[in-house]
Amino acid sequence: MRITRTVAGRSRRTAVMATTGLTAAALLLTGCGDSDSDSGGADANGNITLTVADFGQFGYKEAGLFEKYHELHPNITVKENVTADEKVYYPKFLQQLNTGSGLADVQGIEVGRVKELVDTKADAFTDLSKVIDPDQWVNWKALQATTDDGKVIGAGTDIGPMSICYRRDLFEQAGLPTDRTEVAAKLAGGWEDYLALGEEYKKKAPKDTFFMDSASAMYNGVVSSDSEQYYSKDGKAIYKESAGVKAGWKLATEAVDKKLTQGLAQFSVPWQNALRKGSMATVACPAWMAAQIATYSGDQFKGKWDIARTPGETAANWGGSFLSVPAKGKHVKEAGELVKWLTAPEQQAAVFKAAGLFPSNKGAYELPDVKTAKLEYFNNAPIGEIYAEEAQVIPAAVLGPKDGIIKDTIGTQINNMEQRGTSPEDAWDAATEAIDKVIG
Amino acid sequence: MATTTPTRGVHGSRPGRRAPKPMTPGRQAWRSRLWRFDDKASPYAYIAPFFLVFGAFGLYPLIYTGWIALHRVEMTGLDQMEWVGWENFSNILQDDEFWTAVTNTFVIGVISTVPQLMMALGLAHLLNYKLRASTFWRTVILTPYATSVASAALVFALVFRADGGLLNWVLGFFGAGETNWANGHWTSNIAIAIIVIWRWTGYNTLIYLAAMQAVPSDLYEAASLDGASRWQQFRNVTIPALRPTILFTIVISTIGSMQLFGEPLLLEGGQIGAQGGSEHQYETLSIYLYNYGWNLGHLGPAAAVAWAMLVLLLLIAAINWLVGRFMRKTAA
Repeated sequence: MRITRTVAGRSRRTAVMATTGLTAAALLLTGCGDSDSDSGGADANGNITLTVADFGQFGYKEAGLFEKYHELHPNITVKENVTADEKVYYPKFLQQLNTGSGLADVQGIEVGRVKELVDTKADAFTDLSKVIDPDQWVNWKALQATTDDGKVIGAGTDIGPMSICYRRDLFEQAGLPTDRTEVAAKLAGGWEDYLALGEEYKKKAPKDTFFMDSASAMYNGVVSSDSEQYYSKDGKAIYKESAGVKAGWKLATEAVDKKLTQGLAQFSVPWQNALRKGSMATVACPAWMAAQIATYSGDQFKGKWDIARTPGETAANWGGSFLSVPAKGKHVKEAGELVKWLTAPEQQAAVFKAAGLFPSNKGAYELPDVKTAKLEYFNNAPIGEIYAEEAQVIPAAVLGPKDGIIKDTIGTQINNMEQRGTSPEDAWDAATEAIDKVIG
Repeated sequence: MATTTPTRGVHGSRPGRRAPKPMTPGRQAWRSRLWRFDDKASPYAYIAPFFLVFGAFGLYPLIYTGWIALHRVEMTGLDQMEWVGWENFSNILQDDEFWTAVTNTFVIGVISTVPQLMMALGLAHLLNYKLRASTFWRTVILTPYATSVASAALVFALVFRADGGLLNWVLGFFGAGETNWANGHWTSNIAIAIIVIWRWTGYNTLIYLAAMQAVPSDLYEAASLDGASRWQQFRNVTIPALRPTILFTIVISTIGSMQLFGEPLLLEGGQIGAQGGSEHQYETLSIYLYNYGWNLGHLGPAAAVAWAMLVLLLLIAAINWLVGRFMRKTAA
C-alpha cells in the first residue's frame, strides 16, 4: 500500500482511490489470470474457442491445421498454448487435473507420462474410444493409453521410430561410406557396430568434430529397442536388472571411455550451438529429431545430413505423444471431434510433411505424403519408407509411471561422465539413488 | 463493520445538533450498553480482516503442510493420504542431497548477504551527501530490484554461460581460460550470489538511506565541531544510529536467501536447473523442495522439507535475537 500524507481536503479522495485500487487488485487476484479467456459458453452467434495445451513441437502450427479446422468449422476457433519444455508442462498439468481448473479443452501427454496418468488419473479424462476407433493406431501405441478396463485416455499423435542421422560430408572426410544403405549395412549388427564405426571415424576425424552428440542419446536408442525397459509387467521397477538398461549403460560408458562423444546434453543450448557449428557427425535419431536437427543446423548444412536405418534388427521407439480431452473441459464434445480430426490419417500425414513427426495412425502409412516422403534437408532420405517399415515391428514396450523421469535421470548421469569425468561406478550409484527417490 | 461512530464518554448533546429527545430509562441503558459494546468490540472488528486473511492464507496452510508431512501423498492422487508418521523427516535427514542443499543455501546466503549489505551501506552513505540529481541516482540504484527474478536470472545465465558467455569472453582478454561457471561448486554459488547481490543491493541501500535521513543532523554538526573526519562520523554516528535498521535488513536478507529459488533454477534451466545442477552443486533448499514436490510428485517429503526450512529459520532468528541483545548490551 502507498502511504499518502492525508491533508484534510485530500483524505477522502485518497480513501476512495485506495479502495478502488484494492478492489481492482482483488478482482485481479480472483481472476487468476489464466490463459483461459473464454467464459465457457458460446457467444451469441454460437462461436466457441477451443484451447489446445501442448509442449515442444506437435507440428500443428507448422502444418497450419488449426486455421484449416476453422475453415471447416467457421464457428470454432482453436487456440494453441505451447510450453517449450515438457518438464515444465507436466507438473502444471497435474495440478490443473487435481484442482479441475485452468485446463485446456485438449491437453497433450508425453509417452513417458502416459502410464502414470492411465494408472492414477483415468477418471479425469473422457473416454476417446467412444469417439475414435483405437484400432486405427499401431497396436502398441493404442495400448499405451488404454486402461485395464478398456478406457482410452489419449489419441496417438506421433511416434519416434529410430534411425541414425549422419553428416555425409564428415563421413567422407573420415573415409567412411556415405551412402545410406552402406552405412546401414555397417550398422546391421546392432549398437555395438555403431561404436565400432565411431572408432573408425575417430581415426581420421575432421578437426573439432565428434562422432556423436551425447552417449545419452545412444543409450536411449538401445533401451527403447527392448520391450523390457524400466518396469516389469506387474508394475515393479526393475531398472537395476533390466537387460535393456544394462546393455545401454555398458555401451554408453564405452562411448565415453573411447571419447566418441561431444558430451552435450541433448536439447540444451550448447547442444543447439554445436548443431549450428556442425561439430557432430551422427545423432541417434527418432523421427521427431530430424526436425530439431534441421531447425538448429540451419541452411548451411542443408543436404549434408542424411538418414540411415537404425542399427541392428530390433526396431526402437523413442518418444511420441498423445492428445487427451480432460473430462472437466467446457466443450468436451467439440474437443473430442477436434482430437479425432487432428489424429486422423490425412492430418497426421500433413504434420509429418510439415514437421517430420511420424504418424502413429496406420491409415497414414498408405498415403502418398507419407509413403513417398523424402526429406530434402537430409539429402532426400526416403524417411516414409524407413520409418513405416520400422513402426510396424516395434516391440510393445512395457511402460511404467515414472519412465520419463528415470530416462532423464540416467541421461543426466551419462552427461556427468562425459562432462565431469565422473567414474561409471559413481555415476551409476548417483543414478540409482536419484531413481529410488523418484519411485519414492 | 460497526457503522456507528463511537463518541467516547460524551453522553448528551453534541455541538451543532438539536438536543436529543428525552428517552425512557430502559432505552437509555440499552443505548449506553450498545456504546460500551461498540467501544470494546470495534477495535477487534477493525483488525479482524488481517487475522482472517492470515488464518486462511498463512496459518492454515502452515498447519496443513505439517499434516501432509506426516503422510505419503502423491501429486497424482491428492485424496489418497497414507499415514507414515515421521518417516518423511527421517528420510530427508538421512539424504545426502538434503545436507548438500543446506550447505549450498548457507554458502550462497553468506556470500550474497554480507557483501550486499556492506555495499548497500557504503552506497547509502554516498547518496546521503548533497549531490546533483540525487533523485535520479536513488532511482537508478533501485532499478535492479524492479526487474523480475526470471529476466535477471536469464540475462545472467547468458553472462555465465560456458561457451560464448559474456564473462568468459571478458576474462579471455585477461588470458583466463574457459570457466564452466555452472559446473563447479564454488563458481556456481558465486554466480548465483552475484545475481542476488545485483538485484537486492539497491533495495537495501534505500532502506539504509531512509534510516540515515532520520539521524538528527546536529549529531553530525557536533561531531564535526569535535574534529571528526567523514569516516569517523560514519563509524561513530551513522553506524550506531543504524543498528536496528541493519538488524532488520539482516533478518530480511536471511529469510530471502533461505527461500532462494528462481536464480539457481534458471542459471542452467531445464531438467538440470530443476535439480540444482547435474551434481546438485548449486541446489538450494527451495529447489530441493520443488524437485521433490513438483518434479517427482512426492508431496510428503516436500512438505517435510518446508517444515525443516521453517525450523532452520526460527533457529537463525533466535541466533539473531541473541546477537542483537548482546549488541544492545554493549551499546548501553
